[in-house]
Amino acid sequence: MKEKLVCIGNGMAGVRTLEELLKLDPEKYDITVLGTELYGNYNRILLSPVLAGEKNIDDIILNSQEWYDQNGITLYTGHTVTQINRIKREITSDQDVTIKYDRLLIATGSNPFIIPIPGHNLPGVVSFRDITDVEAMLAASRHGQYAVVIGGGLLGLEAANGLMKQGMDVTVVHLLDTLMERQLDKPAATLLKTSLEQRGIKFLMEAQTAEIIGTEQVTAVRFKDGLEIPANIVVMAVGIRPNTTLAKAAGIYCERGIIVNDTMQTYDPRIYAVGECVQHRGQAYGLVAPLYEQAKVCANHLADMGIARYSGSVVSTRLKVTGIELFSAGDFLGNGKTEEIIFQDPAQGIYKKLVVHNNYIKGAVMYGDTVDSAWYLQLMREQADIGHIRDKLLFGQAYALGSALGGTAASAVTLMSDDTQICGCNGVCKGTIVKTITNEGLTTLEQVRLHTKASASCGSCSHLVEQILAITVKDYHNTAPKKKAMCHCTELSHDEVQTAIKQQHLTSIAQIFDQLAWKNPDGCQVCRPALNYYLLAHFPAEVKDDYQSRFINERVHANIQKDGTYSVVPRMWGGLTNPQELRAIANVVEKFNIPTVKMTGGQRIDLLGVKKTDLPAVWADLNQAGLVSGYAYGKAVRTVKTCVGSEWCRFGTQPAMELGVKLEKMTWGSWTPHKFKMAVSGCPRNCAEVTIKDFGVIGVEAGWEIHVGGNGGIKVRVTDLLCKVTTPEEVLEYCGAFMQLYRENARYLERTAPWIERVGLDYVKQQLVADNDNRQSLFRRFLESQHFAQAEDPWIARALGGLDAHEFKPLKQVTTSEIKVVALPEEEVA
Amino acid sequence: MIQWIEIGHLQDIPRLGARVVTTDWGNIAIFRTAGDEVWALDDRCPHRGGPLSQGIVHGKVVTCPLHNRQINLTDGQVLAPDKGCTHSYPVKVIETGQLLLGIPETYKQALQLT
Ligand SMILES: Cc1cc2nc3c(=O)[nH]c(=O)nc-3n(C[C@H](O)[C@H](O)[C@H](O)COP(=O)(O)OP(=O)(O)OC[C@H]3O[C@@H](n4cnc5c(N)ncnc54)[C@H](O)[C@@H]3O)c2cc1C
Ligand code: SF4
Ligand code: FES
Repeated sequence: MKEKLVCIGNGMAGVRTLEELLKLDPEKYDITVLGTELYGNYNRILLSPVLAGEKNIDDIILNSQEWYDQNGITLYTGHTVTQINRIKREITSDQDVTIKYDRLLIATGSNPFIIPIPGHNLPGVVSFRDITDVEAMLAASRHGQYAVVIGGGLLGLEAANGLMKQGMDVTVVHLLDTLMERQLDKPAATLLKTSLEQRGIKFLMEAQTAEIIGTEQVTAVRFKDGLEIPANIVVMAVGIRPNTTLAKAAGIYCERGIIVNDTMQTYDPRIYAVGECVQHRGQAYGLVAPLYEQAKVCANHLADMGIARYSGSVVSTRLKVTGIELFSAGDFLGNGKTEEIIFQDPAQGIYKKLVVHNNYIKGAVMYGDTVDSAWYLQLMREQADIGHIRDKLLFGQAYALGSALGGTAASAVTLMSDDTQICGCNGVCKGTIVKTITNEGLTTLEQVRLHTKASASCGSCSHLVEQILAITVKDYHNTAPKKKAMCHCTELSHDEVQTAIKQQHLTSIAQIFDQLAWKNPDGCQVCRPALNYYLLAHFPAEVKDDYQSRFINERVHANIQKDGTYSVVPRMWGGLTNPQELRAIANVVEKFNIPTVKMTGGQRIDLLGVKKTDLPAVWADLNQAGLVSGYAYGKAVRTVKTCVGSEWCRFGTQPAMELGVKLEKMTWGSWTPHKFKMAVSGCPRNCAEVTIKDFGVIGVEAGWEIHVGGNGGIKVRVTDLLCKVTTPEEVLEYCGAFMQLYRENARYLERTAPWIERVGLDYVKQQLVADNDNRQSLFRRFLESQHFAQAEDPWIARALGGLDAHEFKPLKQVTTSEIKVVALPEEEVA
Repeated sequence: MIQWIEIGHLQDIPRLGARVVTTDWGNIAIFRTAGDEVWALDDRCPHRGGPLSQGIVHGKVVTCPLHNRQINLTDGQVLAPDKGCTHSYPVKVIETGQLLLGIPETYKQALQLT
């Protein structure tokens, strides 16, 4: 049995430790991760660009569910660990999951500090820590005008910049007279404040917040001096505290943070801790670079290598506000014994200061020009004697080292020694980057990120990495491809391929490969299913389905499960069933020894653990009772969930079940870019949870509301209201037309939610609501396609007609006895 | 020495597809490429045991249906950046189109021992 490792916290430090551990010894542990947040592991640092609208949440996911699956890690999202039982060696979550551990890793990060002034728990008061906070801020920016950010530190300023970019009127409130006082000295802070003011952010310095005002929601902020300013959202960014609650309760010794030694062990040697929750040699860190160093050391010990030690980190800071260059490291204020070397050019907005003691650099602040920051940090880390270049130091590396290249940025990179650290977050040196570029033949920034992790975290060293690319790769020009190729078989994007299929009227995969010069003769597992889908969606009457280009689920009309067995879901129109169907299901379960019977989220019955060879017989029995395939395996219409509607419910205003059945009968069998789910509720109480479906209908007094583009999966998205209609016939028409628009327009494997976000709700409204002719012609095309899609139920065809019989039978059965065992020649035995 | 067992006909396997030979020691997947080459591997993905016979075949590679590891049909090696290897068997197609699966002596010996 493998040892069990449990990690509490699914954030940056915990998961990085696991990544490092998997590199050293992927087989050693059975790993479980629990995290409070509903999201997978993401790059917290990049929440600032998300807020500023420069990135979206999908861009900042570090490890998707797939990564956990591939590495055999069990992940519980939405679980907060509430207890560590050190005697029994187990942990318990708030959802009553108890897990045993042999070793435990605590990486609970920190909690934002909220000033307990009156009104601090009103809705609309948020911190800036996780995705939920960012979503709250984005929502506020859509509905309100005024934002107040309390705290003029790094986080507060990034929040203010983001909210301003979202169009809000932002005021930053700061207790002191210097912004980012823990990173900047007065002159630099003044330059920063001026430049932020020029961008439109307002500041209230030396202001003390007295009260947050509002009844149901914040409306204003009042200060000690009586001043009051309006606010639709208040962001508190005044500091963080290591999250030690859990560790403390378990009797693990904590001070400000959880105390760890140089091997990242707590006072209980089976329990390790990394990240913002720890305190090491008196120091707690709030940046990723040190956490990543800790992660490396911790992984080394978890893997029983036992050689690494953590001895603390020298940290540096940058502000992630596009267009503002700012850098700070070490002791930038200095004291009576240190000297300062300063360069100042207010006209250009440049300020540089180095704090020096006995010819060693102790700290640095730079504003406006930070090209040489990596070099100074390097000199500082190495405690290099700068005596001989002291007079030239401030003019930068190129100049100081007497370069003939003229001191441009590129030449500065050229002069860097191989062990100059380029990426602080991930600790990657220039030499490593250059070597990887050369060895692997890399040509883009993306590739360098993938292979070395350099600039993959906060991204502020991207320009340095690009410069290294430029000096390493001959004729490198920054041609970051704007479009994404479908797969490595072609340079064309999904959209380009779809256009070609339509315009050139291509009707087979072979034709596409030929006409569009595919690089691999059989394509691959990524493009073939997509192409097969596009062909069927555009030319349903002409195209022959390509069996071998379908994923196994669609090939055998059942869901493959982790052990290679399958699951089968019969269709239950609108979620309704009857005794005959239930009896048939019960009989099948007994007859074929099906181990698990489960209700799905879409109100259907799932039979799990069916052997592939049994599938045709299972279907035959179900078909006998009138049950047909539910397409739970396909990129297709899955279910129409309903409530009991006006047929039974005392609140119901419209017949939800009846309409649900009609919708399902019209749409079943349709192939779609991704799975497609529907629901119908009889009144606005919305018991069928319509607002997280691809297509949802809510009954109202005067008819029906149509909602589209919802998703309840990893990234929850609430539907947009498309329109209101009065009759069920109109609902059917809108449904067909919407599905057809999605079928023809979206990229393969794109759910309606991201599709609508990409093309915009306005586009969808224009196509469906504003343009009656267009809607009707989309609907006609949908029905025409259904004519082919509903030609037969795939189960019946296979169960009774013997279609694809070879799939379900072995080619041959061989037993050991058929093999004659012949003794090996003697010398080989010996 | 290899013992050859007759397992069926080339036409029994669809192009870019696979069929399974069941044995007492587990399933063997027999693949057929677009160019009618035939390859045989243990039907277990080295990652977490996925049934390779159910994957999509392209070139001389099959993609495991569970988590998309790519396995080289010719030698059972998982393609980089992933690692791992699944056992591969010799197969040949004779003039009549009959398929012969080869069980190496060493393999038999090993079976006998367990
Ligand atoms: C907006 C923002 C911008 C930032 N910018 C930068 C930057 O530019 N550069 C930089 O270096 N750093 C930056 N940081 C800091 C950096 O993100 C953190 O230092 C880093 O994420 C800390 O990692 P961690 O794993 O210790 O904590 P986290 O990443 O916070 O992870 C801890 C996780 O544990 C979970 N958890 C807590 N308690 C429990 C429990 N009992 N049970 C289960 N789960 C639990 C939490 O929900 C959380 O997901 C920024 C932070 C923020 C918020
Ligand atoms: S949505 Fe309305 S009609 Fe349907 S069950 Fe709920 S309350 Fe009743
Ligand atoms: S089992 Fe094959 S990729 Fe996971």
